[in-house]
Amino acid sequence: MIDMIFKHTGLLSRLLLRRDRFRIPLWMIGIGFFTFIVPVAFTELYGTQAQRDVMAQTMENPAMIAMVGTHDLSNYTLGVMTAHQMLLMTAVVVGLMSILLVTRHTREEEEDGRVELIRSLPVGRLSNLNATLFVYTGVYILLALLIGFGLFALNIESMDLEGSLLYGATLGATGILFAGVTALFAQACETSRGTIGFSIAILLIAYIVRGIGDVSTDFLSWISPLGWISKTEVYGSNNWWPIRLMIVVSLILFILANYLNARRDLESGLLPSKPGRKYASAMLQSPIGLGLRLQRTGIISWAVGMFLIGVSYGSVLGDLDSFFEGNDLMQQMLASAQGYTVTEQFMSMIMMISAIIAAIPAVMSMNRLYGEEKKARIEHLLVRAVSRTKLMGSFLVISAINGFVMLSFAAIGMWAASISVLDEPLSFGAVYGMGLVYYPAILVMISVAILMIGYQPKFVSFNWLYVFYTFIVLYMGGLFQLSDWYGKLSPFGHIPKLPIEEMTWTPMLVLAGIAVVLSVIGFIGYNRRDMKC
Amino acid sequence: MSVLQIKDLTKKFGKFTALNGVNFEVNEGEVFGFIGPNGAGKSTTIRILLGILKATEGEVEIFGKDAWSDAVELHKRIAYVPGDVNLWPNLTGGEVIDLFVKLRGGNDTGRREELIKRFDLDPSKKCRTYSKGNRQKVALVAAFSSNADLYILDEPTSGLDPLMEQIFQQCVQEAKEAGKSILLSSHILSEVEQLCDRVGIIRHGQMIETGSLNELRHLTRMNLLLETKEPITQLHELNGIHAITEKDGALSFQVDTEQLDTVIKHVSQFGIIKLESTPPTLEDLFMRHYEKKGQKEQNQGGNPND
Repeated sequence: MIDMIFKHTGLLSRLLLRRDRFRIPLWMIGIGFFTFIVPVAFTELYGTQAQRDVMAQTMENPAMIAMVGTHDLSNYTLGVMTAHQMLLMTAVVVGLMSILLVTRHTREEEEDGRVELIRSLPVGRLSNLNATLFVYTGVYILLALLIGFGLFALNIESMDLEGSLLYGATLGATGILFAGVTALFAQACETSRGTIGFSIAILLIAYIVRGIGDVSTDFLSWISPLGWISKTEVYGSNNWWPIRLMIVVSLILFILANYLNARRDLESGLLPSKPGRKYASAMLQSPIGLGLRLQRTGIISWAVGMFLIGVSYGSVLGDLDSFFEGNDLMQQMLASAQGYTVTEQFMSMIMMISAIIAAIPAVMSMNRLYGEEKKARIEHLLVRAVSRTKLMGSFLVISAINGFVMLSFAAIGMWAASISVLDEPLSFGAVYGMGLVYYPAILVMISVAILMIGYQPKFVSFNWLYVFYTFIVLYMGGLFQLSDWYGKLSPFGHIPKLPIEEMTWTPMLVLAGIAVVLSVIGFIGYNRRDMKC
Repeated sequence: MSVLQIKDLTKKFGKFTALNGVNFEVNEGEVFGFIGPNGAGKSTTIRILLGILKATEGEVEIFGKDAWSDAVELHKRIAYVPGDVNLWPNLTGGEVIDLFVKLRGGNDTGRREELIKRFDLDPSKKCRTYSKGNRQKVALVAAFSSNADLYILDEPTSGLDPLMEQIFQQCVQEAKEAGKSILLSSHILSEVEQLCDRVGIIRHGQMIETGSLNELRHLTRMNLLLETKEPITQLHELNGIHAITEKDGALSFQVDTEQLDTVIKHVSQFGIIKLESTPPTLEDLFMRHYEKKGQKEQNQGGNPND
């Protein structure tokens, strides 16, 4: 009987470890790295209690609490500060790791027909599911220990052993919990996309419900598993009961997933997959319509993300002056310009960062053209009455609009948050203008992508290096005291930094001109080369 | 009148020569079978015809226009079905068909519905749930519901079941009756034999034979089954006799077509009781070329393209 259900779970676990031998360590290293680097950085940046108290004040506004959760702000030690600002965010990342990896080994495996192959061998019916849950439970226990002892090993005064272990355990328990959530949706949904979609929706809902709860009614924080994370009060009162609660819920989820898996047929789901459209809408029937449809989810998610970036930066504007006082490092990072408030300097800096981030979805949107080619779907369009110019043009239009929308959302988000925290808020036009000046730079980034796709599509990813370079040089340039010309290698370095610099049209027009020229050259190349097939 | 003409077509990918001086043409209203082993250059030829790849040398004309520079204009009159159909996982089959038909221009909803029914396709399902055969049906429905003048079909039935294969053959017949021209690349020789007026065989990027099936058969051997009153003697000594086997008192052997007359004269002396002759199948023909070239190939090494 046990054989019927669980036979070879161990063997499958080993297969799974073999398949994830790089993935698991990479996630762990990534999560570990960011967890360890932050308290180290905080020690540098906020060495004195006075500095941290200023920070605590900054954090004491609804927008920040909604973002990072609650903690004991009256005793803002380095440990408390790290836990407060990092734990919830890291937990969300761990949750995401669970969702992606567990889906990969459950529903995706089933969807691709590999579970069928495995099940045709003398292997138990629930072995695959339980091998996945077993391996990932182990992985998260390891992660908990790694983070726990790692943080303790940093040897920071306010980070004691118990708190550090609780920090790790919180992350581990969140991982196990979301492994359970994903395992459950892997039974319910017929596709891996659906599984990931529903699980991420749960993660986001948990995050939002907790956010609302933290700033208004505490009750809402209690029903969200992510709300329990702040309740641990790591490095403060060190509450262990949320961990126990998470383990209990995880066990229930595991049992439920097993029960559902045992009841259903292979490759079926419990949620009915609703039939799609029989006919294409008028919108879809063109290359532009198709491109938009394919990128719809991505565009919407990025727009929401950009808006949130804007809001979160905007919400700290009110406390900046006191915050920067005595913080040499931060002041060094801002271009010190006489006659402007720290707030204005900070806004101009943040707008530039937001614009660089906004370039990412825009370039992704353009690169999609090559993505379609790699997946051998571009031929369906080219063998019909669609010219290469029209095809590339359609993706360019989407990409250009994409960049504009992203930039707008970031600026609108920042403005919306700034009016609630600033005594003398800037006008909408002023804030929006600060963002929009960067549009020509985004167009240049898109045109570089076009150039690559037109001639050397293999190297299309190198564009990301350029974006990364831009970010490092312009954001950290002041810190590293790089000379100006490093920044001038990027289109973003030529944009006037409103409001601390005066608006000049020449660089804007030159950049737009460069974008046009590069695009035209790219189009010519695209019309001449072989399609990959 | 030829609708499609390929002259001395050469295609190189870096140092590798995929096509080396390919020549053939497809006439108006005919079904041309394009056969050859994997990696022989069938799909490369077809992709050049469609303007997806650019010819290194040679002329490729469809309806008298250049396949590369007039691609978009030409594609309004061409319908294409690839052998490996990759579709967007989050669109439904129905949406993809509509998109394809719309992009080509022209719209015949009646035909679309009829074909969806005949091919037994559920257009409301997302493409990610389709099997290979169903994805192929999507491409077939989109192709045959368009009112094209030339159909380019690249192993279009590789995932279809026998029932659907039959429906596909009907569709090709109907298109032919309507005066359309069809280029059919295929592995399934019985399908080619049934549908095609003329055949071209490609191997290692070169056309090794082109002509009507009848013409090609002359180049090869006839299968004979013979029962005589007296045992036949001296058969071995005649020219052009191959693969003699004896079963149940009857002799079965192959004869080179040009030696047929001499052989019949010889065997008639022994009192014929029964004589059956079958023309060579395309498979015989194909295999003969394959074997002949296969021996050479050992010195040349494998083909890097699949």
